[in-house]
Amino acid sequence: MSVRTLAVVAAAVTAVLGPAMLAAQSPISYTAVTEQRLLNPEPNNWLMYRGNYAGWGYSPLDQITPANAKNLVPVWSFSTGVTEGHQAPPIVNNGVMFVTTPQQQVFALNARTGDLIWRYKKELPEDLLQLHPTNRGVALLGERVYVATVDAHLVALDARTGKVLWDTTVDDYKNGYYFTMAPLVAKNKVMIGTSGGELGIRGYVAGFDAETGKPAWKTHTIPGPGEPGHDTWSGDAWKTGGVSVWLTAHYDPQLNLSFWGTGNAAPWPGDMHAGDNLYSSSVIAIDVDTGKIRGHHQYHWNDSWDWDEVSTPLLIDFTKDGRTVKGLVHPGRNGYLWRLERQAGGIKFVDARPFVTQEVFTKIDPVTGRPTYDPERKPRAGASVTFCPGLWGGKDWPPAGYNPKTNYLYVPANENLCSTLVGQAAPYEAGKLFLGIDRPKTSMSQRQGATHIGELQAWDMATGKKAWAHTFQDGLWGPILTTGGGLVFMGGTNDRNFRAFDAKTGAKVWEYKTNSGVTGVPSSFAVDGVQYVAVQSGWGVDAQRMQARLDTFRNTKTEVPQGGVIWVFAVRN
Amino acid sequence: MTRQGWSPARRDVLRLALGAGLGFCAAGRVDAQDAGARRARPQPNDRFVFAGGLRKNELVTLADLPPDGPPAVTYPMDPATKIVRDESRLNQVLLVRLDPSRLNSDTRARAAEGIVGYSAVCTHTGCDAWDWQPAAGVVKCPCHFSEFDLKNGAQVLNGPAPRRLPALPLRIVDGVPVVGGVFIGRPGFETGGG
Repeated sequence: MSVRTLAVVAAAVTAVLGPAMLAAQSPISYTAVTEQRLLNPEPNNWLMYRGNYAGWGYSPLDQITPANAKNLVPVWSFSTGVTEGHQAPPIVNNGVMFVTTPQQQVFALNARTGDLIWRYKKELPEDLLQLHPTNRGVALLGERVYVATVDAHLVALDARTGKVLWDTTVDDYKNGYYFTMAPLVAKNKVMIGTSGGELGIRGYVAGFDAETGKPAWKTHTIPGPGEPGHDTWSGDAWKTGGVSVWLTAHYDPQLNLSFWGTGNAAPWPGDMHAGDNLYSSSVIAIDVDTGKIRGHHQYHWNDSWDWDEVSTPLLIDFTKDGRTVKGLVHPGRNGYLWRLERQAGGIKFVDARPFVTQEVFTKIDPVTGRPTYDPERKPRAGASVTFCPGLWGGKDWPPAGYNPKTNYLYVPANENLCSTLVGQAAPYEAGKLFLGIDRPKTSMSQRQGATHIGELQAWDMATGKKAWAHTFQDGLWGPILTTGGGLVFMGGTNDRNFRAFDAKTGAKVWEYKTNSGVTGVPSSFAVDGVQYVAVQSGWGVDAQRMQARLDTFRNTKTEVPQGGVIWVFAVRN
Repeated sequence: MTRQGWSPARRDVLRLALGAGLGFCAAGRVDAQDAGARRARPQPNDRFVFAGGLRKNELVTLADLPPDGPPAVTYPMDPATKIVRDESRLNQVLLVRLDPSRLNSDTRARAAEGIVGYSAVCTHTGCDAWDWQPAAGVVKCPCHFSEFDLKNGAQVLNGPAPRRLPALPLRIVDGVPVVGGVFIGRPGFETGGG
C-alpha cells in the first residue's frame, strides 16, 4: 500500500471516527524533530537548510565515493509544476522529504519512493511583485514545518498533513518586504530576515514563538535613532537604507548566537547614503533569546557596488599562529575570503585575501579588516564607473560548503566579470525599485583575455591556501553539498548538468543532464541503509539574469529550459 | 503616536463629514464604494494621472507625452468623482506617444494621436519599472530583462515574459488622453502551479 493510499484510508477513517482519532490514525509515520536532534542531526537525515547549525552543507554519509559515483542514476523525480528559480534543499526527516518551490508551494514526499504525501500552496496576492521569485526551504521543529513566504508571511504547517497551524502576517508586501529564506529554528524560536533591499526597505531579523507564531523580538539591521551605529547614516537615509537579510543564519549553541549575513545599503551608490552604514554588508551576531546584537563585523563600509554580503559565514574552527580559532569563514560577494573569530563578546577580524580578481580594495587594515578603496572604482552619482568583480561579486547567494575530512572549504565563485554603473538619484516610492542608477547605462563586461567565468574552488583551512579549482566557461550558480564519501556535488551551470567532484583532487567523476539549470541546494540522506543525493533543477532569478547580461554583451542567445523537477539519485548496484 | 501634525487624507475628511451628517452606516457604504472605484480596472472615459514622482496624481495631458517618449506610468482617474484607481498596482497604465506610421494596424486602431496605452505591470513577475529604448519603440523591464515592442501590440521580443502587455484603447477628449475601452487581456502575471 502506498503512502498516498494510506493517507486516503486515514482520511476516511477520520471522517467516520471523528477528529479525535486523527493522531491515532495518522497517515504517515513521522518522527518529531527535537532541539537535541537539531543540535546533533543523524547522518541519515538533512534536518535544516545546510544540514547542520555550522552551515557546512556536509553529509557524513559515505556510501557514494569517487570510485562508485559513475554509477549514480536517478531513482525518482517529481515535477513541481512551476517555473522560476528552484533553490530550496530537499529537507529529510526519517524518510519524509519537504521541498519548497517558487510560488509558495511545499511538498511532503516519501523520500524513498517519491510518492506525494501532501502539498501546500499559498494563494498569493494578484498584485504581488516578485523580484526574486524563489523560496529557499523549510525549517522543522516538533511536528511542524515552517515556511516564510514571498508575500511576507510566516506559516507553520502540520508535518503529517500539511494543514496550516498558524499563519502570521509579518509585514506588508506592498512596501517591498518579502521572504525568500528558509527560517532558522533554535531555542523554540523561528527566525527570519527580510528581503527587499532593491525596494528601499529597512531590513531586520525577527524571532517568533515556534508554537504560536507570536512575535518574540524584531531587530533592525539599520540602527534607529539613539541606537549604536545610527550615526553611521546621514539624514533620513536609514529609513530606506535596505540591508536585507536573504539567507538562513548559522548558530553556535555554546555562545547562544546566530550569525546573519546582511545586504548592501540602498540605493546602490554610496554617496546617496554617506557614512559607513552599519550593519550593511556585514555579519551580525544575534542572541536568539532576546534578539540583541552581540557583535558585528562589517566586511566593507558604504557599499556602492550592490555587494550584498548575503551569505552566512560558516562556523569552522581553524589554526592561526599556533592557536585554534573558533572561526567564521566567509567567501564574500566583495571577492575576499574572510576569516573571523566568533567570541561571546563579539566578532574579531583574523585575515582576508582575494579569491577572485578584485580591483576595488587597495588594502585591508591588518588589525580591523577595514578595506581602503580606489576612489575611481566606487560608483557615484553622475559618473560612469567600472569595477571588478561586478555587481554579482565573487560569489553570490549559492552557499559554500565545508568538509571536515578534507578540511577544505568549497566555493562556487565567478571570476573575470566586471560591471559598469552610472549613479542617478531618484526619490523613494514605497514598493518601487530604489537603485539610484541610470539603469539603461548599466552593463557587464568580461576582463580582457579571460577564458572562463565560473570556478569551483577548494581552500585548505589548514594552510589558508587554495588547493584546487575547476573552471566553467559561463557563470556558476551552484550551491555546494560535500559528503563523508569524499565528494562535492554541484550544479549551477547553463548546460543543465548536476556534477560530482572528488573532494580531495577536484576531478569531475560524474555528471547528469537534468531538465533545467540546477540552482537548488543539494542534500544527502539515507533510508533503509541506502544513501541518496537530492536536488532541485529549475533555472531562474539571478542565474538567469546574469546569463541575459552575458548574452547581451556577447550578442548571443542562450536558452535554458524552465520548469522545476526534484531529482533523487543513488548508486546502481 | 498622536494625530497631531497629521494631514488627514481626503477620504478621512469625507468620512468625518459623512459620519457627522449621515451616520456611520452610510459612511461605510460610501467608503466601500470608494474602495470599489479605486480597485476597478480602467473604465471608458477615465482620465490619467501620474502614478508617482514629483507630479504624482497630476492630470496627464498631451503635452506630457512628447513624440518618441519617454513613457509615463499612470493611474486611471474617474473624471466625475476624481477618484484615482490606485488601490491595485495592476491598474497602472504605460502611456507613450509614437509616430503613428510606425504602429501596426491593430495598435494604430487602439491609439489616439499616436499615443498607445498598455498595462504597466510586467507579465513575467509583476515588476512595474521600465527602461525606454526610443529608437526601437521598446520597453525593457529591469527586473528580469523582458522586452516588449510597443509599436506592435507589446509583443515580447526577448526575456522570460510569457505574453505581451495587455493593451488599453485610448481616445482624446478635451485635449487629454482618456480610456477608450478595457484592457485587452488580464494585467499581471500567473503564479502557476495549478
